[in-house]
Amino acid sequence: MEPQSGSFEELAMPLFDQLYNFAHWLTRNRDEAEDLVQETYAKALKGFSSFQLGTNFRAWMYRILRNTFLTSRTGLKATMTVPLDSEEDEPELALERETPETILIERSNWQLVHSAIDQLPVHFREVLLLCEVEEMSYQEIAETLSIPIGTVMSRLSRARKTLGGRLRQDLHKEQNHGLRVSEDTARHIPRR
Amino acid sequence: MVCESRKTQLDTYLDGELPSEEMHVFDAHVRICPSCAADALARVQMKRTVHVAGKRFTPSAEFRRRVQQSVAAKPRRGLARFGWMTAPAVIAVLVVAGLTASYVGRQRVHQEQIYSELADLHVATLASSSPVDVVSSDRHTVKPWFQGKVPFTFDLPELQNSEFSLLGGRITYLGQTSGAHLIYAVRKHRISVFIFQEGSVRGRWDEESPVTKELSFNMETWSQGSLRYCILGDAAAADINNLAELLKRAAGS
Repeated sequence: MEPQSGSFEELAMPLFDQLYNFAHWLTRNRDEAEDLVQETYAKALKGFSSFQLGTNFRAWMYRILRNTFLTSRTGLKATMTVPLDSEEDEPELALERETPETILIERSNWQLVHSAIDQLPVHFREVLLLCEVEEMSYQEIAETLSIPIGTVMSRLSRARKTLGGRLRQDLHKEQNHGLRVSEDTARHIPRR
Repeated sequence: MVCESRKTQLDTYLDGELPSEEMHVFDAHVRICPSCAADALARVQMKRTVHVAGKRFTPSAEFRRRVQQSVAAKPRRGLARFGWMTAPAVIAVLVVAGLTASYVGRQRVHQEQIYSELADLHVATLASSSPVDVVSSDRHTVKPWFQGKVPFTFDLPELQNSEFSLLGGRITYLGQTSGAHLIYAVRKHRISVFIFQEGSVRGRWDEESPVTKELSFNMETWSQGSLRYCILGDAAAADINNLAELLKRAAGS
């Protein structure tokens, strides 16, 4: 049975907020995110008749959005600046027991977390967001990004390590800055 | 040592991606091992933080309305203006015309959509920092790499006396179907060869002309041995055709 345009709306609109969120993370810009989402919906609507009902609609929508992003000027620029590190599976390092992340979470310093995610190379950012925010399975991520599951796992592992490293670094900077401010303040306190 | 080997799987466990038997073993281990439990807790906290922090951007109501309108089903026009006396004839004509137009239109949309997706895959792959997952110019290395990764096998041509060279391959997906994506080079051009199981990707393939233009890429497609081949690249039409001939000969041998 051919899917109808009415059912496209029913299937696609519930994904609107999350697709927009993902698009904004990719493009880092509201206007570009809107253009990307609009183009994604236009392409998906046009190709909906070729979509096989019963297969993963969400992964299909994300794949269209992601491919559209990669072929845009911003996307091409972003992928060109990705470090050419090997993506071979590598042994995963265990996190340190006493994690600065834990302290960070307690402080709820969302700005640092946002900034750390934003600074991730696009290949790490997208895989991390699909797993943690969209809660996609490895199989769904593999379909969305058109990569094997093994690459999903290694990329995810490296994304988490990079994010943890950045957070640790930023947190130390914050702490040092805080200490400096306290010392400066102390110096200006009049002695009796 | 046992813990260290388990820790390499800790993220997979917390993502719920271990096979169920291993999940049970892991569950039991985390309950009795303080070191793994502490690591698991830290990682879960990190997952939760990213989950919340990642839901950061919200579309405007105006933008939502705009997109909603663009995808909303168009209201059907009534037949009242044709008058009730002529309605059966009008309906008959409309049904025939509608069926024909819808069939032709649907085929065209299928075709455009597939070609457009293949062009996207080609560009996105070349823009990627790691365009291929198996890097080799040896067909006897590239072909076996696909074993167990795609539900079919295929033959690749010997390129020794040709101007083409094989750069490698990767798994690709089109319409929820996995397939093989091979990258060839000819001079400074990169050419994508996509191979899927025939029938697994819905749509009509234009095989009337040997090489067609899609988004300024040259493209050729054909079916052979229950497999659908598509070649796409910015190389000259003659190059695309020559590579297609080599692949056809290899598949037919």
